[in-house]
Amino acid sequence: MANMNMIQALNSAMDIMLGRDPSVVLMGEDIGYFGGVFRATEGLQRKYGEHRVLDTPIAEGGIVATAIGMGINGLRPVAEIQFADYIYPGFDQICSELARIRYRSAGDFFAPVTLRTPCGGGIRGGQTHSQSPEGIFTHVSGIKVVMPSNPYDAKGLLIASIEDDDPVVFFEPKRLYNGPFDGDPGKPAVPWSTHPKGQVDEGHYTVPLGKADIVRPGAEVTVITYGTMVFVAAAAAAALELDAEIIDLRSLVPLDVDTICSSVRKTGRCVVAHEATRFSGFGAEILSIIQEECFWELEAPIQRVAGWDTPYPHAFEWEYFPGQARVAMALKAVMEPS
Amino acid sequence: MNEPSRLHLPRAPARPGEVPDFSYVELSPAGAVPRPDINARARDIGALSIDLVRVLDDAGEAVGPWHPHLDAAELQVGLRHMLLTRIFDDRMQRNQRGGKISFYIRSLGEEAVSVAQCMALRPGDMLFPGYRNQGLQIARGMALVDLMCQLLSNTRDMCKGRQLPVMYHSKTGNLFSISGNLATQFPQAVGWAMAAAIKGEDHLAASWIGEGSSAEADFHHALLFASVYQAPAILNVVNNQWAISTFQGYAGGEQRSFAARGPGYGIAGIRVDGNDFLAVYAVTQWAAERARTGAGPTLIELVTYRAAAHSTSDDPARYRAKDDHLHWPLGDPIERLKLHLIRLGEWSEARHQALTAELEGLVAAAWKEAVTFGTMSDGPRLDADLMFEDLFKEMPEHLRKQRELMRAERDAVAAGAAPGAESRGAQTPASQGPRLSPGPRS
Repeated sequence: MANMNMIQALNSAMDIMLGRDPSVVLMGEDIGYFGGVFRATEGLQRKYGEHRVLDTPIAEGGIVATAIGMGINGLRPVAEIQFADYIYPGFDQICSELARIRYRSAGDFFAPVTLRTPCGGGIRGGQTHSQSPEGIFTHVSGIKVVMPSNPYDAKGLLIASIEDDDPVVFFEPKRLYNGPFDGDPGKPAVPWSTHPKGQVDEGHYTVPLGKADIVRPGAEVTVITYGTMVFVAAAAAAALELDAEIIDLRSLVPLDVDTICSSVRKTGRCVVAHEATRFSGFGAEILSIIQEECFWELEAPIQRVAGWDTPYPHAFEWEYFPGQARVAMALKAVMEPS
Repeated sequence: MNEPSRLHLPRAPARPGEVPDFSYVELSPAGAVPRPDINARARDIGALSIDLVRVLDDAGEAVGPWHPHLDAAELQVGLRHMLLTRIFDDRMQRNQRGGKISFYIRSLGEEAVSVAQCMALRPGDMLFPGYRNQGLQIARGMALVDLMCQLLSNTRDMCKGRQLPVMYHSKTGNLFSISGNLATQFPQAVGWAMAAAIKGEDHLAASWIGEGSSAEADFHHALLFASVYQAPAILNVVNNQWAISTFQGYAGGEQRSFAARGPGYGIAGIRVDGNDFLAVYAVTQWAAERARTGAGPTLIELVTYRAAAHSTSDDPARYRAKDDHLHWPLGDPIERLKLHLIRLGEWSEARHQALTAELEGLVAAAWKEAVTFGTMSDGPRLDADLMFEDLFKEMPEHLRKQRELMRAERDAVAAGAAPGAESRGAQTPASQGPRLSPGPRS
């Protein structure tokens, strides 16, 4: 085991896969010689060569499309989209092509592409470096969608994604790259070395796609969340001294419905929290599933916590961000419905 | 005197009731364009993207440096594939009109493009076709019955009923799945070619789009990535002059040839007479040799004419002059190769008629076999459960549940417990069904 931040854990995952499987190639803007704007691929081109770790033009549509072509030709590309906010030029190739090649060819062709992309706010990124577009991709049939919340899971989920024969969009909450973050920007930064999930196995291991993690067991209320909001939600529940069960989904598609429903049946109360915008967000899908599966066990209406339905404003980042106050208000509402 | 700025609106060669004017098509005499060394630098051969490579002259003689010197047997195979493609198209068009299939797209007038290019490539080369490249399927030896079963979405459909007619694929034939979204295959082919180079193989990738879809960003991504990595790819723009109803000026072809996009990206561009089997074969062979020897990608513009409608869902009488293709200055690809073979003493009208009859018989027999696997109106029919398979390698729980719900829905309808058609198998005949693309049906 070694202390790793999330960047180092992701780097370790790609290092191990490049070493184990000659079909794995990395590609993306600035990822080769420079090692990526967030340093996730640092040192990998030097170690594995320019044919395995490719710098690309600034053309996300071209990156996704050529990754698909490589996948069809037996490679296992891991493409970095520099920011999730930049993924839209590749949207058609993801939704109409990558997601459907296996389906439309009745299993004869497939492209095992992993798209890594940093998401989320809290880094003063303004409206073009802060988005959380995961719900746009969970709505597309045929792609898996993953978002880790800590270094240990990030490495295991990324290896599982690369080894998976289906396409995966792998969102990396960039506010968590260097340490857990409880939503309070005024506090000194906490490094991953102080957190048990910053202890990462240096070898090969996987965290299976489609399996949620019960971060904290509890009896009074279930909080269903993922990414940056895992720590925010836990801090808010602790501040209210609630015995909350915190569930980190980790994988949105496929979704661990059993873990969600067992918890809600136990507690009877539920808050769903994500940083992404609220309207038609992934939280709405969770609410709908709970309503269908657990309606008679519910003690109170389910509450939703999300980013406001506006772009992410540069000057009002912390008014926008769904911090502890917004979570706490939802928890209070679900504990004491008026 | 200062004139106010004004919008230029490209004009079609002829709208209904007008006489076609193809004077905008710049031609070179057969044999006039030099054939550069395969290692020539793109910057030194820019003229190739403006001139028009032609081998067959008006008298049917093969002339000039691009003459590929194919033996008569190969030319006869090419003629056979082109004629089979045309007869297949004709029969499938009539089957669509008869309500047997929902949709069809013919390649009338463009047969030399797919057939000659396929013959100039190797079986290990990966092809990324568009939807008007059925000649590739035929020249690669796909069984007619398999193509027809796809058109029928029947129990032997290679796509398991998931794709519009003509969106074929073949894993063993190295023919990639046709998308239907335009131009997406172009940069995918470049990625495939990049992988071949990364793996150190000498296979190349070839892809086809129309001049209309060269307007999509995917076209530019393909050229950019092909240029940056010098990928072993052949990128073909089939300039058949027409998108559905807009002519090639609206794809930006008026001021500069499509082939000239190649030199713009630093890759070789060639403009070729797409109705000249020998010229198409020769430029493809040249591009393939370049790709295989590390000299980089080539953009080929095949100048041809879409003699038929865009698809069975549009009526060209509403947007272009009747029989305009008869005025097309580059003629008909089948007639031109036929004339050449006759000049060589290797063909005759009688042999042509005999071949036509033979191929019509093959197509009719294949259709007879194909319909035994089901049609739109008669069983056997694919199991609708297949809808949920192959989306992921392993079916996730939510799809398993939805499959159960669909079965329950079917059972409820069958038991009279829910409203609905008694049998979902009894579909609306294709001729009465909704239109699949814009445009009036004739």
